[in-house]
Amino acid sequence: MTLTANERSTTGAAGDKAGDKAGDTADDASQPLTAQEQQWVDQFMDETTLFLGPDPAIMRSHQITSRSAYEEECISKGVDPIKVDRIRKRLAGALDEGYEMCEAMGAAPGAKWGDLTTAIYTAEGDVTYLSCHGVIAFSAILHHPIRYIMKYWKDEPTVGINPGDGFIHNDARYGNVHNTDQSMIMPIFREGKIIAWVAATIHEGENGACEPGGMPSGSETPFDDGLRMSPFKIVEKGDLRRDLLTFLQHSVRDPKLQLADLKVKIGAVQRIQERVDSIIDEVGVETFVAALRVTVEDVEQEVKRRISELPDGTVSFNQFMDSTLKENILIKFACKVTVKGDKMTVDLRGTGPEILNRAINSPLCSVKSMMMQAILAFWWPDLPRCTSAMSPIDIISDEHTWADAGYDAPMGQSLQASFRGFSALQTAFAKMQFSNPEKFSNVLAPWFNQINTFLWGGLTQHGDQVGNLCADLNGMGGGAKAFRDGEDAVSPLFCAMADTAEQEVMEEEVPFMQLVSKRIVRDNQGFGKNSGGMGYEMIVAAEGTPMWGFMTVTSGSKFSSVTGMFGGYGCSTTPLAMVKGINIYDVIRKDSSKFDLSMERIMNEQPYEGGKYTTSHMGLQFDVAKDGEMYMIAQGSGGGYGDVLERDPEAVAKDLELGRISPKVATSIYGVVWDPETFVVDQEATTRLRHDSRQARIARGKPYKEFLEGYVKSEPPKDLLYYGSWGDDTEELTATHFTNNGPERVKATIDKLPLIMLPDRREVKISALEDRIRELELKHGEVVHRKS
Amino acid sequence: MRIPMTEYLIIDLDTERWNCKVCNQDLGEARGNYKEGTLVYDRDPTEIHQSILDPEKYEFTFAPDPTFCRILEFYCPGCGTQLETEYVPPGHPPTVDMLWDIDSLRETWIKRGTKPETVINYGPGEEAVADFTPALGSYNTHNHSPHSFS
Repeated sequence: MTLTANERSTTGAAGDKAGDKAGDTADDASQPLTAQEQQWVDQFMDETTLFLGPDPAIMRSHQITSRSAYEEECISKGVDPIKVDRIRKRLAGALDEGYEMCEAMGAAPGAKWGDLTTAIYTAEGDVTYLSCHGVIAFSAILHHPIRYIMKYWKDEPTVGINPGDGFIHNDARYGNVHNTDQSMIMPIFREGKIIAWVAATIHEGENGACEPGGMPSGSETPFDDGLRMSPFKIVEKGDLRRDLLTFLQHSVRDPKLQLADLKVKIGAVQRIQERVDSIIDEVGVETFVAALRVTVEDVEQEVKRRISELPDGTVSFNQFMDSTLKENILIKFACKVTVKGDKMTVDLRGTGPEILNRAINSPLCSVKSMMMQAILAFWWPDLPRCTSAMSPIDIISDEHTWADAGYDAPMGQSLQASFRGFSALQTAFAKMQFSNPEKFSNVLAPWFNQINTFLWGGLTQHGDQVGNLCADLNGMGGGAKAFRDGEDAVSPLFCAMADTAEQEVMEEEVPFMQLVSKRIVRDNQGFGKNSGGMGYEMIVAAEGTPMWGFMTVTSGSKFSSVTGMFGGYGCSTTPLAMVKGINIYDVIRKDSSKFDLSMERIMNEQPYEGGKYTTSHMGLQFDVAKDGEMYMIAQGSGGGYGDVLERDPEAVAKDLELGRISPKVATSIYGVVWDPETFVVDQEATTRLRHDSRQARIARGKPYKEFLEGYVKSEPPKDLLYYGSWGDDTEELTATHFTNNGPERVKATIDKLPLIMLPDRREVKISALEDRIRELELKHGEVVHRKS
Repeated sequence: MRIPMTEYLIIDLDTERWNCKVCNQDLGEARGNYKEGTLVYDRDPTEIHQSILDPEKYEFTFAPDPTFCRILEFYCPGCGTQLETEYVPPGHPPTVDMLWDIDSLRETWIKRGTKPETVINYGPGEEAVADFTPALGSYNTHNHSPHSFS
């Protein structure tokens, strides 16, 4: 593998300097440096550091720090649990106030629908408390930039940390959910000492990436991902630095947004700081510091206790993603969760390699943040949202896999890997906790895990240049519960209270309409005894703008994104459908009866003459939308729970009557017989059909070992671009490597795999077409002289 | 004592066997992979997630691509209950999804001193009631094993 800049930076700053020296002078290779020489080398390296990249010592750790001497001193003076509880409640109130300020005043669509958080941290950067609303994943991520600031900028003469300072940051390589989120991080001082930090983070959307909206599916290098803000000081002693602000505004498509939300975050953080000031005035600084630290430690202890209540054993769950967002492949996300006593280990080995010219890679910290989302929202939602909730969990992962990508990998659509991290833990937990009498959340099938929405950008009807996304991202179908159906389009996996927003309000600001919004797609259901929450469709078309375009950034068009639970089925796959070459607004202006639209009807009936009707996977790079051209997608559903033949027949008839499922599904999947006129279930005939269906299963199913002999192959199908371990009993990864002689399948451990890059899909397509032309020329005897 | 480990799978700590919760079919060693006691079927995913867009016209139709994705269905050989499903690429070995430490499980339940059917539910909330009594109750009550709580 190449030397990453990450490694370069540590080699330059704090790496194995003696080793480097020895490498440079082969003659002295075996001769150790004297203490004096080592000191000179260290001093030289410190003074001439070329570049302070992400620090592996900071970035690989998700554990809380040990108590500082000051924290020890504060705690030694006695901790009153009731007082600590009061402080926690006051903090929760303060953080919620800051959260609501961001939500009410934020300019980013993400802020308006609640995709943000506010938090308070210990002096060392451990998250003590997060706002009750918002994205919990941030509790596993923001200690990284704070530790970086403390390690590199605190004593740096050209930077320093002073009261009133504020640091901005977005790059996930330094610790973030993804690069579209921007943080404002400010210290709290007492008597010249940093005693805590407060931060606000908002999903800003636009960040100057190669495509609008901040989550480019088309990025092929890290430099296509947009702003690369390592933590830096943009507020000095209370004043926002105009020169740096201008640089940032100049670097993104939406300078107004960049300014507005910086001010909103600064305002929210300062308000929280005022509330903290009043708490400290009341209880004293030592009690306050002790309360922050004790909260973090209490959560860690409680998590250990909860782990010890789970049965000892190993639960494994593999996921296969079907897209790089440019072409269809299969890449594995492997996960084994082992519990022994109060220790839990999450092992991601077997996960596919990073793909160095595709946007789907994620740094490990982002994957961990989504694991934290599963832990604090779906396992133990009653716990304070602290960094320490994941401290007792060891995570084993190979660097340079797509879920633990290196510095040189593009990460524009890192959610593809990090959301799989969420699903790995959310799905496994149903099995881990099933037999445990002490549960803090319901037994649940997998939540939908894709970003099925439209990103957009261009010039608005008001002449503003913008780039962002539709809130429909938040309409993910919920997983079925053990005792009831999942809820339709209920909330995104990353934020229980996120809103799908008012489309009509959005239409005031952007030049497109959702011609169909939130219509349930028939049969788009995770079938089961209890069905997964269903997804809805969206049809958009722009008009009245000189330049506009749409993108989609989703996988799951060939391989279902989520599975079922305990015999239930997963979700359908979801396509992107388009009708180009017509203007739907002209059509419906002439005949409004044609407004009765659905993706199924439009695509199957093709009612608009001259239209070009196409489908594709859901990785659409920025596509210029001419007036009235239609783009259609659907939200996915949550997984189903339990055997479909145990579903209440009356519930099936009700779904049928409401048009949620087709007669074919009611019969062939659910085994229900009903009167088509009245939707009354024929109980006897249903019982017979279901009995026959069970007997048919017994007749067609093969004993496990016999089945394996016929089914299991030693490698993936020949033409499938497959990445990851094949089976779970190997340390080797399978991958297709593109050489001078074309694609070559290789099998090796991650450290021995070649760099994986995929060819330009347009060149692949042109090459295939050229081959076909030559074949036809040969067939028809046509001689064409071409120059190259 | 019998412990419900999933919606349809029970571990009998006395015999150390997996059993079907619905029909009590033996599914193999509790220390091993329950899937070895099941019947398996390689399901074409388009039979379950059927096309909504016309497959004659389009490549992407809401139905998975069977050359990318298969659904393995695991049935109880006794009653035909679908115990589990697994979505895999064609030919990929099935995952051993659960392996439990039986000694530790036994120790834990002895320490708890409670009957599983009376204390296991589906989590918080009034609706989240799990009724395992038909599958476990009479067995746990009448079992004379030294580890039972009759």
